[in-house]
Amino acid sequence: MTCCCEKTESALEKLSRLEPEKTASLNAFLDQLPIGKDVESNRAHLIVALHQAQGIFGYLPSEVQQIIAERLKLTRSEIYGVISFYSYFTDQPIGRFKINVCCGTACFVKGANLVVEQFSRELKIKEGETSADGRFFLGVLRCVGACSLAPVVMVNERVYGNVTPAMVSKIIADCKD
Amino acid sequence: MKIKKPSDLTAKVAELRAGLSGKTRLQVSLGTCGIAAGGSPIAAALRKHIAEQGLEKKFEVVDVGCLGLCYCEPMVEVKSAKGKSIIYGHVSEEQIPAIVAAGASKTAEGLEALKTSLYYPEEQAKPKKKVVQTRIALRNSGRINPEKLEDYLLQDGYQALAKVLSDMKPAQVCDELVESGLRGRGGGGFPTGKKWQFAAAQPKGQKYIICNADEGDPGAFMDRAVLEGDPHAVLEAMAIGGYAIGSDTGLIYIRAEYPLAIARLKKAIEQATAAGLLGKNIFGSGFDFNIELKYGAGAFVCGEETALIHSIEGKRGEPTFKPPFPAVRGLWGKPTIVNNVETLANIPAIFRQGAAWFKSIGTPGSPGSKVFALAGKISNVGLVEVPMGIKLRDIIFELGGGIANGREFKAVQTGGPSGGCLTAKNLDTAIDYESLKALGSMMGSGGMIIMDEDTCMVNIARFFLEFTVDESCGKCTPCRIGNKRLFEILDKICAGQGTPEMLDQLEELGNVIKDTSLCGLGQTSPNPVLSTLKNFPEEYKAHIFEHRCPAAVCTSLLNYTINENCIGCGICARNCPVNCISGLPKTRHHIDQSKCIKCGACMRSCKFAAIDRK
Amino acid sequence: MVNLKINNNPVSVPEGSTILEAAAQLGLKIPTLCHINWDCFHVEHRSGSCRICVVEVAGRPNLAPSCCTPVAEGMDVHTNTMRAIRARRTVLELLLSNHPKDCLVCTKNQNCTLQTLASEFNIHDIRYEGEQTELAVDDNGAAIRRDMNKCIMCRRCETACNVVQTVGVLSGVNRGFTASVAPQNFLPLDQTACVFCGQCVLACPVGALTEIGYKDEVWQVLNDPSKTVIVQTAPAVRVAIGEEFGMKPGEISTGKLVAALRRLGFAKIFDTDWSADLTILEEATELFGRIKSGENLPILTSCCPGWVNFLEHQFPDLMHMPSTAKSPQQMFGAIAKSYYAQKLGIDPSDLIVVSIMPCLAKKYEAGRPEFAPEGVRDVDYVLSTRELASMIKEAGVMFNRLPDESYDDPLGESTGAGVIFGASGGVLEAALRTAADWILNEQKDGSIAYFEDVAESPIDFVAVRGLDGIKEATVKIGDLELKAAVASGLGNARKLLEKIQSGESQYHAIEIMACPGGCINGGGQPYSNCGCNDGSDILEARKEAIYRADKGLPIRKSHLNPSIVKIYKDFLGEPNSELAHKLLHTHYCPKK
Repeated sequence: MTCCCEKTESALEKLSRLEPEKTASLNAFLDQLPIGKDVESNRAHLIVALHQAQGIFGYLPSEVQQIIAERLKLTRSEIYGVISFYSYFTDQPIGRFKINVCCGTACFVKGANLVVEQFSRELKIKEGETSADGRFFLGVLRCVGACSLAPVVMVNERVYGNVTPAMVSKIIADCKD
Repeated sequence: MKIKKPSDLTAKVAELRAGLSGKTRLQVSLGTCGIAAGGSPIAAALRKHIAEQGLEKKFEVVDVGCLGLCYCEPMVEVKSAKGKSIIYGHVSEEQIPAIVAAGASKTAEGLEALKTSLYYPEEQAKPKKKVVQTRIALRNSGRINPEKLEDYLLQDGYQALAKVLSDMKPAQVCDELVESGLRGRGGGGFPTGKKWQFAAAQPKGQKYIICNADEGDPGAFMDRAVLEGDPHAVLEAMAIGGYAIGSDTGLIYIRAEYPLAIARLKKAIEQATAAGLLGKNIFGSGFDFNIELKYGAGAFVCGEETALIHSIEGKRGEPTFKPPFPAVRGLWGKPTIVNNVETLANIPAIFRQGAAWFKSIGTPGSPGSKVFALAGKISNVGLVEVPMGIKLRDIIFELGGGIANGREFKAVQTGGPSGGCLTAKNLDTAIDYESLKALGSMMGSGGMIIMDEDTCMVNIARFFLEFTVDESCGKCTPCRIGNKRLFEILDKICAGQGTPEMLDQLEELGNVIKDTSLCGLGQTSPNPVLSTLKNFPEEYKAHIFEHRCPAAVCTSLLNYTINENCIGCGICARNCPVNCISGLPKTRHHIDQSKCIKCGACMRSCKFAAIDRK
Repeated sequence: MVNLKINNNPVSVPEGSTILEAAAQLGLKIPTLCHINWDCFHVEHRSGSCRICVVEVAGRPNLAPSCCTPVAEGMDVHTNTMRAIRARRTVLELLLSNHPKDCLVCTKNQNCTLQTLASEFNIHDIRYEGEQTELAVDDNGAAIRRDMNKCIMCRRCETACNVVQTVGVLSGVNRGFTASVAPQNFLPLDQTACVFCGQCVLACPVGALTEIGYKDEVWQVLNDPSKTVIVQTAPAVRVAIGEEFGMKPGEISTGKLVAALRRLGFAKIFDTDWSADLTILEEATELFGRIKSGENLPILTSCCPGWVNFLEHQFPDLMHMPSTAKSPQQMFGAIAKSYYAQKLGIDPSDLIVVSIMPCLAKKYEAGRPEFAPEGVRDVDYVLSTRELASMIKEAGVMFNRLPDESYDDPLGESTGAGVIFGASGGVLEAALRTAADWILNEQKDGSIAYFEDVAESPIDFVAVRGLDGIKEATVKIGDLELKAAVASGLGNARKLLEKIQSGESQYHAIEIMACPGGCINGGGQPYSNCGCNDGSDILEARKEAIYRADKGLPIRKSHLNPSIVKIYKDFLGEPNSELAHKLLHTHYCPKK
């Protein structure tokens, strides 16, 4: 008789096979969380766990979501609901160089949108996309609080101030693997 | 040393005073803006120079937070032991020897001292201009090393907590705060003392006090400055609040985009706990209080208190209907107070100096001072803290130095994306919660984006709506769909596809969204549209009826043409991504309007001002 | 009591009431959309998100959502000022601006709250057109169709899935204009822990959640002369289908149902009540055995496929507990395709079994691979009560005017025990009726007499009846004290199972139904708005009808059903025989 009793590889098994070190690091973090039976108090650790996991993996693949769900005894859908709500979290891998143009009001009135357009033209990707070679991600941020340097561009941790469209190619050239 | 009773604190401060070095302090602003502008290498170079010159006995280099003079970062303040101070802006490493030399000789000779009167330390000379800042929330920011508890203690830190715990009953604390008239600095302006009273009135049991450090308003960065520059003030205020409402747990909800503030808060919590100023039995009063950090993950709506609470609980940051108010049923169903950073930063001063002192500042309805973040097309981008009731003109033209690059003032957006645009005719309005509301704007968190004649008001309204559409949680219909439709209408107008009935639609839809939305985000999101519609109707009409953008911003309504300055160098043609510029060498070129994508590459590349954009 | 005025009419209501409730007391219906009253399940859904119910309250700067604004002493409410009317219309226009206008071809046509409101508000023109949501429609699975382009974000499905059922498959996802309700990563439901109970479908006020329909396929086979198409009708269908034809909730229309099916062209009209009786024989034998051995107690019922799915997904460590008996639907299919096909002398693949079910999980169940020996499904198509009503209407059969007709033999004869499967507690009660006879017989002389009546044994086990989520009963049968519990609604089932896991509670037998109230409130039943809106208690009426039907039948114990006795004698041997095991039992697979 055929049925659905097949054994499949679990999320943890798959991730441990593909990314043993990162998985161990995630597990180590989850191990020290005070997780109990009460879902309400477990849930309070969700956002910090997601921050940690994204820090380790660079994004939140489905298997990572599954592991966190199992540990915190939350549902997969709830975790996805949270990930998709907060702009900080992503379930897609993104480029190594995260180019984020601040589009807070101060930057906007000083022409940040022209800077975004220029990046978009030069990298041939739209806002929110990663280049085909996996090097660049182009995003916008809502105010990093450095309004005096408007318009501001952040490439990973590095900050560029008073950016004009003319500076875009130089900023891209600065990104060396 | 553990501080176990109020007298320990007095002794500790006396000990610190006695140990003061008498050195001249070289204070380097190392807030986010200072670091971004290159403050860290300056601090390092200063230290290196002092060491090389063997000047350690005369000088000490102190890392401080943001002084609010963001426009002149990186900056160094040279402060003598007697309190005299000179501020140097836009400092480069080459200038360091001269700065130190000048500091040694106590003159500013040979260097262009910073030409600003933005901020006069009280110890210094009388102000030269009529507008003076009143620093309460920002009293320590930029003046102390935020990573040293001792620096805070030397500025009367934790004295207010000592006083409250030893001399006052919780109810008296609430009463005193009500008496001070302090109102929430994060947006709504609800009386803070009343909030505390509501929570205090709830039956005994687990309660929470939350510091809302999810500063999400683009263009507002005063909370960041406080957290980075004076973190202990927030901790002290939270402990006072915890005592007042009967809570032993404080949580700081901070946006993940503020790594520096997070690091400094962590350090401050560690120091305060180690010193016995947080933890068990504070000042021997039997009052226990601990503070935890909770992180945001990028959602503007989490500034709304019910959304913030859900976010701390690990849920989607969707607001819920009030009542029940958090003071009755908040975090995990327990009574909870949510106060913003700037509000809290005022509280230690209020309890040290008294409600009457605080009330003497500002206006009767809005006592105290307010921090404004000036940004946009203004000369002095930065933070100013002024008494409530000050005129907009004084903020923008006196403290802010007027419009940058000699352009004309056109409008100022107050209150962030939820606020409204005020115009030149509102410049003499005395600013407080009510007056701004009456003008269709709001205090919000105190962001002020200044716009000049090159800003298109339709485009700016579109920008704000784009923000709201992005940041709406999507729960209620008017905010989810209504703002989207508002945005689409504005987008069409900016693209030259506006129709006359859209003017009515914007107004009607805007009013319904305000009237029916679930939370503060939706209830205020149409403000930028409604206020620009009211104050700049002619700009909307120009877009709709004449297909013209008066500020020459809306690309679809612009045409690039080549004028007689053209010498035919061909650089524009080479830079044009769609090859729509043609012409023989050394003759005036021509742009094919049917192919032009209005990217502006030609204009940027032309060295002869031969490209017009109209 | 709180005193207030609504439209200048004074009204007093208990503290904590909402403006909406106070207005209802004055005979004022304020329009609502996201609001749903789930008091009967002790669940609160107060999302306050649609903003259709806004009213003006004096002294309040903005309009108040009446569904969640509590009344206050001296409140002065106006429900129909121009400001409120305009706001409501604009909000509705906004909803419509992001809603497909395919009402005429929508499954929910005339069963859609949004459509009703548009008509009541007299909306003819939508001023704010713009981008519309474009999400892929999930119609991959066997049971539930999700078209989130029609979603109005009332979040009722989310509450049904997470709070009522604790299945936890749906969550709010994304934000702003792109906000939606979906499983993780927008996966199709059949790749999630969805149990297909269909409570979300019942909760949906629009056409975003509906069933996967098989009407067309059934018309096809009915018109195929090479096929013999037989049909079975589940117990709860007969007490609800009348509602689709304007009959009062709780009217029993068994005879008309049979007549209608005959008019549609089914070759034989059979009854799932018959196989429910068969289920009792198999399940009671297991119960009897487990009680005697004292092992593997409690036994959990297994006739509800939504519950079985839930168990497989959420309680993998309890796989040994449920009865291995197939559900009545699948027993019917298995017997039809073996015994009955043999009897007719036709190939099982030419015999088409259609079921009429109050349920959406039955659609999923019929498609499980273990129920298709050698690739031939035991049950070919499952139609919901609603789909059958639609077929009847399409065929022009005038249901209300039909005479009462009887089921065909041999798979149509049933007992009161079979009928009560349709309400929560019924399966357990039916099993108890049979087990009681067996136990008493055995206590008397130590022998098992499967088909004998014990006249003095109890028939009505009223303690296990009713709509309460969890019911417990201790039944005395001779010298045995049998402890039983009943849960309906998966949230209640979870509570009960957790008590068993922890060892806090011990029972001999537990009945679980996925839908709150049992099959009468199944995901395939006529839309009743969960049966407790506006005070009209549809569920209560359906439940009453079930027990009325039971009372009205001459035989009320499964083991006394003559055609059941006959099939054991002629074909199966005795309960739990080898053949019975092959045809009538199954096994469960953990799905973690």
